[in-house]
Amino acid sequence: MNLLEINDVYGGYGGGDILKGVSLNMEARDIVVIVGPNGAGKSTLMKSAFGLVSIRSGLVRFDGSDITRLRPDKIVRRGISYVPQEKNVFPTLSVEENLQIGGYILKENLKKRIEAIYAMFPRLAERRRQAAGSMSGGERQMVAMGRALMLDPKLLLLDEPTAGLSPAYIDQTFDSVKQINDNGVGILMVEQNAKQALAIASRGYVLTNGQNRHEDTGAGLLANREVAEMFLGG
Amino acid sequence: MATDLLQLLYYGLVYGAIVALGAIGVSLIFGILRFANFSHGDLMTTGSYVALALVGWLGWPLWAAVAPAAIATGVIAIVLDRLFYRHLRRTAPVILLIASFGSGLILRSIVQIIFGPDNHVYRTGISIPFRWQGLVITPDSLWVLGGAIVMVILVHLFLSHTRMGKSMRAMSDNMDLALVSGIPAERVVMWTWIIGGILAAIGGILLSMDTKLHPTVGYHELLPIFAAAIVGGIGRPYGAILGAFIISLAMQYSTLIISPAYMPAVAFTIMLVVLIIRPSGLFKGTL
Repeated sequence: MNLLEINDVYGGYGGGDILKGVSLNMEARDIVVIVGPNGAGKSTLMKSAFGLVSIRSGLVRFDGSDITRLRPDKIVRRGISYVPQEKNVFPTLSVEENLQIGGYILKENLKKRIEAIYAMFPRLAERRRQAAGSMSGGERQMVAMGRALMLDPKLLLLDEPTAGLSPAYIDQTFDSVKQINDNGVGILMVEQNAKQALAIASRGYVLTNGQNRHEDTGAGLLANREVAEMFLGG
Repeated sequence: MATDLLQLLYYGLVYGAIVALGAIGVSLIFGILRFANFSHGDLMTTGSYVALALVGWLGWPLWAAVAPAAIATGVIAIVLDRLFYRHLRRTAPVILLIASFGSGLILRSIVQIIFGPDNHVYRTGISIPFRWQGLVITPDSLWVLGGAIVMVILVHLFLSHTRMGKSMRAMSDNMDLALVSGIPAERVVMWTWIIGGILAAIGGILLSMDTKLHPTVGYHELLPIFAAAIVGGIGRPYGAILGAFIISLAMQYSTLIISPAYMPAVAFTIMLVVLIIRPSGLFKGTL
């Protein structure tokens, strides 16, 4: 069974449609990367799986049930967590408080879950009392992912996690993504660094103008000449 | 001269502590509900008059009236939210601001209808100040300072150690992220009014101990309170505390150079300068 199924979705943010009949499927434990030119609707497609897009027609199913018109705070309880591109931490809260808020709806095991996040990102354990807003871009990305992982989601949505990071932090972020996936979490992400992202992806989608253009394995898209010329710099 | 400076420092701390109690509430309400609550001064007035009713009509000692008056004011704040603000959540902030101006007018008028337009005091008689190192200190001012410090510590513990307090800071920090984390916005809003109302009431009672009760006692403190919240970085409760002492000390020390009649102008000037130079305030608020 598919973990996430987006079927022929039309929608946007209240104005005209940004998504014009786009579809996407992913299985549990997949890493799926959405690439495409600016304005293709990549982030919008991802947000349509989190109740952040007003969907005019089409269907979004997660884990077997229809979530097309659910609110984000309901979807998060079903096992999808979302890391926005910007403003993805609580800047004046400490690292540990960011994680506690991420786990707000957990009834129990909050401490155990925080320790699990620290085990995944030892750097965060060292900085647990530091305000998230005072950390470097790469560390802040760890806090953002850690917060989203507090609910032990089945699917993690990442919106351009390496945007604005220095090359060393970009590598580190992709390593974190792989590591999170190794722990059994499906990943759906939008990425500008298409080459590096497709290299770790099990599937990739190329979007143009709100519609599917190509769909293949990550390696397949990397080998596709048209895709290479369009987005990967030749 | 040195004694004068110390005396002004003492006045500044006492008044700053009162302003802080109002400014924390204004700052939290702005951070979470995204509007400037112009009825906050009138919530202070309401709290001080509820305490007056318990003291004057039922003969309670003032210390026993503080907690019930504070809680009653918190409840009144929630009722105002249910009656007015809740229906306006999705409208422009200026509409909420005008609504708060209106609800402040309602509170002020009700106080005046019930208690009349004249001044009141919690108890009559002269409280004899004592002198310490040349400083004039009234027993009431010590209670004011002590009470305010206890409240600030309690607020700090609430914000830093409880789940609801952290949720309030999280919502003030990043509303969208708080919502996608599953934080129940309406419950946080309710708690924000309770805390804001309690602090306003205690601030109002302490203010009325320091001066007199009057239907506009809190309304007149709006300017220093907003100045404190803005200087500290609106939406940042710890900034509001710091801002309150900066504003209060500046107001007190200004009397060395200019007439005390200009004290509100000093608060206003500092607020304007901060808004021009660094609108996010000392603690990088959400404005």
